[in-house]
Amino acid sequence: MNTKPVNEDLLKIGLEIHCQLTNLNTKLFCDCLCNYRNHLPNENTCPICLGLPGSLPLLNKRAIEFAAMICLAFKCKIPERISFYRKNYFYPDLPKNFQITQYNSYETSSIGYNGLYDFANDSSHGKDKSNINNNKPTIRITRIQLEEDPGKVTYEEDKSSVNNYTLIDYNRAGVPLVEIVTEPDFSNPSDVRIFLNEIINIFEYIGVCDPTLEGSVRCDVNVSLRNGKKVEIKNISSFKDVEKSILYEITRQKTLIMHDIAVQSETRHWDEKRKITIPARSKEEEEDYKYFPEPDIPKINLGGELFISRLKSIMHELPAERLNRYTNLFGITDHSARILVNSKRISDFFEESLKFYQSPVEVSNWIINEMLTKLNESEKHENIDKISIEKLSSSSFYPKLIATMARLVDEKSINRSKAREIFDISLRTGEDPLEIAKKLDINKISDTEQIIVLIKKIAEDQPHLSEQAKNNPNVYNFILGLIMKETKGKADPKVTLELIRETLNTSS
Amino acid sequence: MSQLFREPANVIINRIKRGELTAEEYISVIIDRINNMDTKINSFITKNFENAIKRSREIDKKIQKGEKTGVLTGIPVGIKDNISVKGLKNTCASRMLSNYISTYDATVIEHIKSEDGIIIGKLNMDEFGMGSTSELSPYGPVRNPWNHEYVAGGSSGGSAAAVSSLQIPISLGSDTGGSIRCPASFCSVIGLKPTYGSVSRNGLISYSNSMEQIGPIARTIFDIVPILNTISGEDRMDNTTVVLKSQYRIKSLEEILSSKLRIGILSELIETSEAQIMNGIQEKIKVLEKFPFDLEDTRLGILDFAVAAYYIIAMAEASSNLSRFDNIRYGYYSNPEGYDWRSYFAKSRSLFGDEVKRRILLGSYVLSAGYFGKYYAKAQIVRSRIRNEFEKLFMKYDVLILPTMPVLPFKLGERISNPVDLYNLDLFTILANLTGFPAISIPAGFSQEGFPFGIQFIANAFDEQKLIDLAVLFEKEFDYKERFESI
Repeated sequence: MNTKPVNEDLLKIGLEIHCQLTNLNTKLFCDCLCNYRNHLPNENTCPICLGLPGSLPLLNKRAIEFAAMICLAFKCKIPERISFYRKNYFYPDLPKNFQITQYNSYETSSIGYNGLYDFANDSSHGKDKSNINNNKPTIRITRIQLEEDPGKVTYEEDKSSVNNYTLIDYNRAGVPLVEIVTEPDFSNPSDVRIFLNEIINIFEYIGVCDPTLEGSVRCDVNVSLRNGKKVEIKNISSFKDVEKSILYEITRQKTLIMHDIAVQSETRHWDEKRKITIPARSKEEEEDYKYFPEPDIPKINLGGELFISRLKSIMHELPAERLNRYTNLFGITDHSARILVNSKRISDFFEESLKFYQSPVEVSNWIINEMLTKLNESEKHENIDKISIEKLSSSSFYPKLIATMARLVDEKSINRSKAREIFDISLRTGEDPLEIAKKLDINKISDTEQIIVLIKKIAEDQPHLSEQAKNNPNVYNFILGLIMKETKGKADPKVTLELIRETLNTSS
Repeated sequence: MSQLFREPANVIINRIKRGELTAEEYISVIIDRINNMDTKINSFITKNFENAIKRSREIDKKIQKGEKTGVLTGIPVGIKDNISVKGLKNTCASRMLSNYISTYDATVIEHIKSEDGIIIGKLNMDEFGMGSTSELSPYGPVRNPWNHEYVAGGSSGGSAAAVSSLQIPISLGSDTGGSIRCPASFCSVIGLKPTYGSVSRNGLISYSNSMEQIGPIARTIFDIVPILNTISGEDRMDNTTVVLKSQYRIKSLEEILSSKLRIGILSELIETSEAQIMNGIQEKIKVLEKFPFDLEDTRLGILDFAVAAYYIIAMAEASSNLSRFDNIRYGYYSNPEGYDWRSYFAKSRSLFGDEVKRRILLGSYVLSAGYFGKYYAKAQIVRSRIRNEFEKLFMKYDVLILPTMPVLPFKLGERISNPVDLYNLDLFTILANLTGFPAISIPAGFSQEGFPFGIQFIANAFDEQKLIDLAVLFEKEFDYKERFESI
């Protein structure tokens, strides 16, 4: 943490995020499966994604819809008409030796442009108390584009010069990829982390990508200090390393500046093992991609407002929209609402529970204070979201249970410690909490007959109480105390109090 | 020896369908003819005789059983060697692909097979379609059937020469800048380049995607119609194809003459052609005057940059399309020992021919950062202006008439050393490719020395029927059938 950046560094960070549209059935330009994982090498291929002579790209129209949903999530403008370009470069993982992508230098060809991401509305920074400050930047999204993923190259050894062979697997070639390019609007590495987490969350919400799949979301970073040259960091395979790589790069550039060495504009690779950035071959950055419009895919007229409103109608609610609903409509505290919304799984669990019992505040209490706490205790893990997501799928928690607990507390006026006891038993035995409550003799106490008998007995034993009660309402509470003592706290206080009033008044 | 090979496909189809002739009998006549003839012409790269005989027997069986057969029943179709036929070598006349066998059928091939046509073999061409003489082939030049020391035209030279030399009745070529029409003109056959988007390019090895189309070559317009119907139409496998309204057909003379065709004559282009071509075409046009057509002289405003624009676009697209030939997934055996991938790519790609290399280099150059606006973008502007001009002309005319080529066939090797000269010969044919409009070349006569030349009609998009109508009329008026006796 010795590299904590301060403002005079004029730290500027921009991101290029690649996200596979894993939830599509087929690749971007052919009928091969989008889910290339768990195939034998080069099994998930056809003449098109292998770039065999004579094959032509066949555009997957649903990929355009998915990409457009991402654009809407980042408030991008979506043009009336989009097109594809060829990015020409030679590399063994690229079957055609060009990548079909989008390119905005000659016209607006990309599916989205001029978007915004506002930290004020995001759902995740709330829980990150260390980072709450009021001048969080708004991140401008330069463009969002749709393109094809290349194949995968596996080297025998890390050092390419000593390799006897290199393996190429084209199963991934042609998988739809969305690239999100931001302006260099980040001035803090931790903001980058928050942003990336939020992006993953958004992908899950709109259901375009499963970020838990290995390699489904990747990120390149560019960093500049004090208005100096921009350095691009590539090859960062895990999101956790993004922040590390930025911190490393800041230190590296500062050291250069300290020694009066100019920072070079260059591409550097993240060395995962050593956790440092190393210069990429200089050739890579000089590459001229010879972009030109893809002749095999006619320009696509999206249909303007009609297209966008149709998409909005089928699109899943975004985290920011949910957050707004939870706080404004449900009256859940901002803090709690953010915890729910921050993970789609938890938020969906919450929504599901509400179907059994419409009491948002109490249900959210049970999820956050009881369920998540238990989940956290069960795993000695610091990352609440991760555990929840993994555990939720196979846990003994289920929406109806949470709803029932909320109902027990709300309607039966069981106190919290009793309720926790029931909750624990239910979790252990899988028994219905209502049954447990019955067995524990808890439910019977709200049985009015039994309480009335007790009240009458007390009134008979101490006849002066009825008299005093006429002038002093505190007597009711005294009697309630006696009954609670008698029932070992199992009586429903609200009901009992009402009964005391009724009984004493009618008997007098 | 049987003279069946002289008959046009439409006659043969009827005889086979009626049971007067078996497909097998006919195919063996054709095979004999090819074996006798092609040693002189060199139009075939791959012969598919065994499969063809097998296929002909299957068709005969169908007929014996009384099953319905397709519009190409029993007809051998020759395929330019840049169109994929499953299981056959697909060399594109390039050493880069000398061992490449297609793993799938092009859409046009599927259609031919389902109409009971027979794939008889793969035909010689200029490497990757880049050339207009069919000399640029590692399999040797295609020879002009009318004089074996002369070029057949290109790049679909094998397709035109095989039909012209009475080896096969129908072939498929591809036309990027005249590659069907130029050899059709040089070999005295009919060649048609359909409207861009009307024939699927799936399986055609791309040279310049935005301009090329597969099209048929035959000796009579009566044979063009069934093959054109077979290969045309929307294809799921090619996003640039469109739905076509109706099938093409041969109309009766009365029907053709019942509508008053408006014909624009591009006199300037006719007059800048070689004298014998000019005279020949003007003579043909005079004959048209007896029909109730509107004939009018007209001109095209912008032609100065057409050739430059065409070659910039074609080379740019080619440089990208040919990138995939890196010898990793397919190609020829080349020992990778001691090479990293870059040097292996460089070594492998050295087997492209000189003309192909020239176009890759020029195409890469015009797409380079900083040059895009200077070349490619400007070429596209020229292209759209030419298209606009044609659209204006088609408000006034149904069909435009011009020569196919400004020159007669020339000697093998005569122009091979001057590429720019050759590029300039493409002016009349590239117009249809830059605009996407359909164009046909039909035989228009012979020079005193006995060399054929063609006349070209261009129509508005998807107006192939008008080209066919006019071709029917021409064929009735000027029949060069007896000329083929000399072949």
